Amino acid sequence: MTTAELTPAEWAALDDVADFDEAIAAFDPVLGLEVHVELGTATKMFCSCATTFGAEPNTQVCPVCLALPGAMPVVNGTAVEYAIRIGLALNCSIAPWCRFARKNYFYPDMPKNFQTSQYDEPIAFDGYLDVPVGDEIVRVEIERAHMEEDTGKSTHIGGATGRIHGAEFSLLDYNRAGVPLVEIVSKPIVGTKASAPEVARAYVATLQDLVRSLGVSDVRMDQGSMRCDVNLSLTPAGNPVFGTRTETKNVNSLRSVERAARFEICRQASVLTAGGEIRQETRHFDELAGTTASGRVKETAEDYRYFPEPDLVPVAPSAQWVEQIRAALPELPWVRRERLQRDWGFTDLEMRDLTNARGVELVAQTVAAGAGAGDARSWWMSYLAQQANSAGVELSELAITPAQVAAVIGLVSSGSLTAALARKVVDGVLAGEGEPAEVVEKRGLAVVSDDSALQAAIDEALAAQPDVADKIRSGKVQAIGAIVGAVMKATRGQADAAKVRELTLKTIG
Amino acid sequence: MSAVPSTEQVEPTGPGGTEHPTVSREDVAHLAHLARLAVADEELDRYAEQLDVILHSVAAVAAVAADDIEPTSHAVPLINVYREDVVRPGLTPEEALAMAPAADAGRFRVPQILGEEQ
Repeated sequence: MTTAELTPAEWAALDDVADFDEAIAAFDPVLGLEVHVELGTATKMFCSCATTFGAEPNTQVCPVCLALPGAMPVVNGTAVEYAIRIGLALNCSIAPWCRFARKNYFYPDMPKNFQTSQYDEPIAFDGYLDVPVGDEIVRVEIERAHMEEDTGKSTHIGGATGRIHGAEFSLLDYNRAGVPLVEIVSKPIVGTKASAPEVARAYVATLQDLVRSLGVSDVRMDQGSMRCDVNLSLTPAGNPVFGTRTETKNVNSLRSVERAARFEICRQASVLTAGGEIRQETRHFDELAGTTASGRVKETAEDYRYFPEPDLVPVAPSAQWVEQIRAALPELPWVRRERLQRDWGFTDLEMRDLTNARGVELVAQTVAAGAGAGDARSWWMSYLAQQANSAGVELSELAITPAQVAAVIGLVSSGSLTAALARKVVDGVLAGEGEPAEVVEKRGLAVVSDDSALQAAIDEALAAQPDVADKIRSGKVQAIGAIVGAVMKATRGQADAAKVRELTLKTIG
Repeated sequence: MSAVPSTEQVEPTGPGGTEHPTVSREDVAHLAHLARLAVADEELDRYAEQLDVILHSVAAVAAVAADDIEPTSHAVPLINVYREDVVRPGLTPEEALAMAPAADAGRFRVPQILGEEQ
């Protein structure tokens, strides 16, 4: 992001906020996270329409999700099973009996004028998730995980910002209306102080790993199949009473979760320090500016007049079914990590760093593609981590696949590439130049393995520095560095240093 | 917080519900806002009175409902009615949009929303 992209209003917003360290010194942040997960079922929650992402507008609709008169919903049994899977993985109790409820409101994103959700009877409740943050584990208590349906997609036309204010009309695509969602609501997370933004991010990342491992959603934040609302309030340091919270929506990446929490801490601290009050409101996160802006005031907007959905019968999963689902849960990420650590022989520290960098699955896939675990870890945690860091993205978001990394590692072990050349090949893959072998070919990066070419370069270097050969013969073997250096230079870095060393010693005799 | 009671508080048939508070002008104004109905100031008292009569009449149920009887949400005692997760063809976009008052670029076109954020 370049600062030139900020509007004057965004600059003003940034100027207003307090320094983060000062904010934390004066206030304790209290976090609450609501995460929506779109389930990967073939059909919608209450009708048999497809749920394919990116289909042409209004091609996945029927009388039920368009709320045509007389159309009746029927619950998708697979969606209930997926919701129970999520609940069990989050250590929740599963409700033996629960109902859907109507959440009434007047936005056109649901043609029914209500969203079918669950209110005071969620399918799963009272669980927890252990979240690795740095070298600690933060236990986040889960309030509930409930089933509901996604809304349609509105495009506001005529407004400057694409938001509702100033729009002349809206265009509705109901393909997404009715797609099954599970909303996971944390209990207030207290006591995290300066690490609150990091905890928020780590929680969402851990949840993402978990849900992905359950095979119930592709949890793509960039495509909206996982979305996060960040609730945040400040309370004067040491005061047990929570302050007024804001709910920041539209937080569409892990990095944004952290930035949104951090910005709200600073903004609210400024308001409170200046003697102002925090309004209970929805705010929108601006990805570009890293700021939040006021949306609607929640007080009246939240009066959704929930009541039990009369068109759907209660969901009453039998204990037997729940235990069947529990028994069939896949290996959860933390159990898998313990097993992989044993298989790979990594130290606790190595495994922890890899986990924190969310590189475990990447290394696992690289190993599965034929690389050694140590090599795989070293690539992902050093060179690739640097590239991800400087681009501000996750390791998994880099434009290189574990199979490609394994291919590069293979080229190094076979002697076709040196470590330095391998990094250039990786650069090429990241730049979209194709598979590792193609990059080697296009960039001409193969190691000079032709012994006669190397020998010529060595002879030339020895001739240019006649004293070096004498030094080596007299026992100062480290002097060979000068010859190796000269040969590497002559071959533009494309020689194998170990091989040059070996040939040089042979030449000197 | 506003002093306006939520609609749940005026609902007469909740568990253990016996007496219910009188419907006030403010309640009517709040409900009218939620339902996006334009109710004139002079109508508030009249509707409050009428709604009060209706709620009192319905509240007669509370007189016979014992505390150990759950409020009914379904007339039919069924549970766990599920559908297989199998895609079936729905409507074509043409069929879907044929019923729309206005359409634009394959989408339903609706007037701007009442000056509120989503």
